[in-house]
Amino acid sequence: MLIFECPYCGVKAEETELHAGGEAHLTRHGAGASDDDLKSYLFMRKNPKGVHFERWQHANGCGKWFHAARCTMTLEVFGTYSAQTFEPPAELVKKIKKKRPDWEGWT
Amino acid sequence: MSNAVSALEGASYQGFAQVREMGLQGMITLRGDFDNAIFKKTLKLISGCNVPALRELNHSKSGTVVWMSPDELLVLCAYDKAQVVTEKAVKQFAKTHSMAVNVSDARAVFTITGNGAREVIAKLAPVDMAAFKKNEIRRTRLAQVPAAFWVSDDDQITIVVFRSVAQYVFDLLKTAAAKGGEVGFIY
Repeated sequence: MLIFECPYCGVKAEETELHAGGEAHLTRHGAGASDDDLKSYLFMRKNPKGVHFERWQHANGCGKWFHAARCTMTLEVFGTYSAQTFEPPAELVKKIKKKRPDWEGWT
Repeated sequence: MSNAVSALEGASYQGFAQVREMGLQGMITLRGDFDNAIFKKTLKLISGCNVPALRELNHSKSGTVVWMSPDELLVLCAYDKAQVVTEKAVKQFAKTHSMAVNVSDARAVFTITGNGAREVIAKLAPVDMAAFKKNEIRRTRLAQVPAAFWVSDDDQITIVVFRSVAQYVFDLLKTAAAKGGEVGFIY
């Protein structure tokens, strides 16, 4: 069972209170984008075995979307952070790097 | 004017705790920036309260304010005053990016009263009810539907749900509060 702390209401919410929103920090390519860009935005996902950045919504709660970093293999949660950002906070990246030295980074 | 009735018209059930639909309750949703001066002033004007702290309630003589999310509050007042009060707030909000809506008829309110009130909730929601404080509000789910609740008195919990699921929630609470179903773990 995944437990995330919602950065907006501070509730330690378990999975059934949340709604998964897929991979985080995608660049949205819209009208006017090249076919390759649009294809990668629509279909190409990392699907890693290990550290993954995701979007989650506190659906049965305050209703806000937030970001979470977790391990897809062990379900370890590294942290959650606000949705109003384009990249994970440096502190969190550092923390993950320390725990998983051979992790290749978030981009 | 039509005759306003609540979802279950005050239905009640006595198990190891008492479940009761509370009838008509005035409820106004406010959305906006909590730091905005006009927002704060309007809240004070219509409820007599300041903006509550994270996941808390504020009370005054004229009303109660419930923290719902970082940009949403629920004002509780008398049912027959809700529309007038909402209009007052809307007028205040004319020039700010804020919103006031009368949601009284969109919701249903229940209370669970008795020693086992926390236990009834604990059976239905993913919340640690033993650590749940008085004056704390929690938005979560009751079985399959969204709900908000708070401890309104030492042995009483107030629950707010959407009106459309009022019967479902009442049936749930009845089952969870049925005699013989006491767990006796949380008091």
